[in-house]
Amino acid sequence: MSALFEFEKQVDRLRRKIEELKSMEKFEPAVIEEIEKKFQKKIKEFYENLEAWDRVQIARHPDRPHSIDFIRATFKDFVELHGDRHCGDGKAIIAGFAKFEGTPVCVIAQEKGRDTKEKIARNFGMPVPEDYRKALRVMKLAEKVGKPIITLVDTPGAFPGIEAEEKGQSEAIARNLYEMAKLTVPVVSVVIGEGGSGGALAISVANRLLMFENAIYSVISPEGCAAILWQSQDKVKEAAKALKLTAKDLLELGVIDEIIPEPLEGAHRDWNTTFKNFKTYVKKHLDELMKFSGKELREDRYAKFRRIGI
Amino acid sequence: MFERFFKRKLRREGKVVSQVPSGLWIKCDSCKTLLFRGELENNLMVCPKCGHHFPVPARDRLYMIFDNGDFEELDANLEPVDVLGFADKKPYVQRIKEAQEKTGLKDAVVNAKGFIGGKPAYVSCFDFRFMGGSMGAVAGEKVTRNIERAAEDGIPFICIAASGGARMQEGIVSLMQMAKTSAALTLLEEKGVPYISVLTHPTMGGVSASFAFLGDVIIAEPKALIGFAGPRVIEQTIRQKLPKGFQRSEFLLEHGLIDMVVEREKLKETLSKLLDLLGGRNERKD
Repeated sequence: MSALFEFEKQVDRLRRKIEELKSMEKFEPAVIEEIEKKFQKKIKEFYENLEAWDRVQIARHPDRPHSIDFIRATFKDFVELHGDRHCGDGKAIIAGFAKFEGTPVCVIAQEKGRDTKEKIARNFGMPVPEDYRKALRVMKLAEKVGKPIITLVDTPGAFPGIEAEEKGQSEAIARNLYEMAKLTVPVVSVVIGEGGSGGALAISVANRLLMFENAIYSVISPEGCAAILWQSQDKVKEAAKALKLTAKDLLELGVIDEIIPEPLEGAHRDWNTTFKNFKTYVKKHLDELMKFSGKELREDRYAKFRRIGI
Repeated sequence: MFERFFKRKLRREGKVVSQVPSGLWIKCDSCKTLLFRGELENNLMVCPKCGHHFPVPARDRLYMIFDNGDFEELDANLEPVDVLGFADKKPYVQRIKEAQEKTGLKDAVVNAKGFIGGKPAYVSCFDFRFMGGSMGAVAGEKVTRNIERAAEDGIPFICIAASGGARMQEGIVSLMQMAKTSAALTLLEEKGVPYISVLTHPTMGGVSASFAFLGDVIIAEPKALIGFAGPRVIEQTIRQKLPKGFQRSEFLLEHGLIDMVVEREKLKETLSKLLDLLGGRNERKD
């Protein structure tokens, strides 16, 4: 466990106290069990009532499973494809084909990188136009060969840089929104960590949009929002709350279809349960979508976004 | 001709609504020349000395491009809703009220139908004065409705953008307007209806990264700031000074991202020609 956030420390203190009690061997096992039960109840309550800002931190937790971990653990026979066929190969989006629960699927996944070297190589998960164009190329291939698409969203946002602008970052994102709307194969998108604005949306114009319990999805980062509207970085907590960016908020707003539950203290505490839940939920939605024709899938996607707003 | 159109407008509204500070004399933001308001207005809010394009309120813009300044406004009653109950230093509802009072608009987009060079067109026009032309549910809905009408009637769609991007106060709902509007544009492809996108100063963020850059033809006004990320954000991220002219219309033209840079004086003429060339269906044997 590399990092504990402020709110995690509270739980950790309580846990250590219980361990201490247990090791004292003064109490009956029944009593210890009772205490343990109360503790579990308490942390459940605690995690259910986390502030938006706490969830932001869990969503960005350094130990949280990344796309690359999901691909390794929940897909088989993964073949990665490279390049946008125009000018480059982005490293923040992984694209390819693999077997998911026995079915060949297309995988499009944003990867932040874990250690410093890999983070730099992956551009911290901030895609450039080459990433989006590669993703689109591979999604169009999926459509050609009739394979469903699963996208994993985990990005702080599209990269703000000179070259990215020169190569048409706006156009690349816009083109993906447009082309994804037309796809005639099922698209299931899962926000596994951070859904950073247009940079996330560009791979998540889906028939089903799912979010992990502690994932976030927002029009702007709480930091960016605090800087613009409050002119102060001390207000990130307020901004996080005001933006309504948690999975629960998005479900209530009718933007996402379902929340994938996480292990009690967050996905970073128990990867296996996280992967298991991912498989169960994605499979369920994919199976449902497989019953629709290409035309129906396209119309369903249109209707899904058409009704958001006024 | 434009003198006439401003007179018509004066008659209709009783006053000229302009984004520039009120007063008889206006200092040009670019060359600092002191300009007589009437002179500036007769010149379509372009500085006669240096060619600087002043921002134009949405309805004024529509008067400028439609034949005889005549158009039918659509969806005028759509009003923003504070879905998130958002408040920063000021509650969102208060910001809406202030923007409405300042602009006389309900939200940042004005929808219209009319004729340009004798050809019909649906036009959605952004007004930067209304919360920076930001796109929330109303702007997204209005753009979408106009696209749907254009597809239905087989009449070209024109969007004139001026926006800082998605409206933060509507959170994820405003982000989703990017997908909604972009998806709507696929209807035009099905029906073979052209879409002309006009980018004016500034066109950024979520508006830039959705329908604004999906134009079949993309026109920009001179020296408009156009891009995904704001220059300050880029500077802070890469810790470098940005090159001169970065993210300006001329820079985008050079990089192959837009079709042309058109001065305001020529905009109506250019739109007329394009509508004539791209609109309607050619007779063709199948």
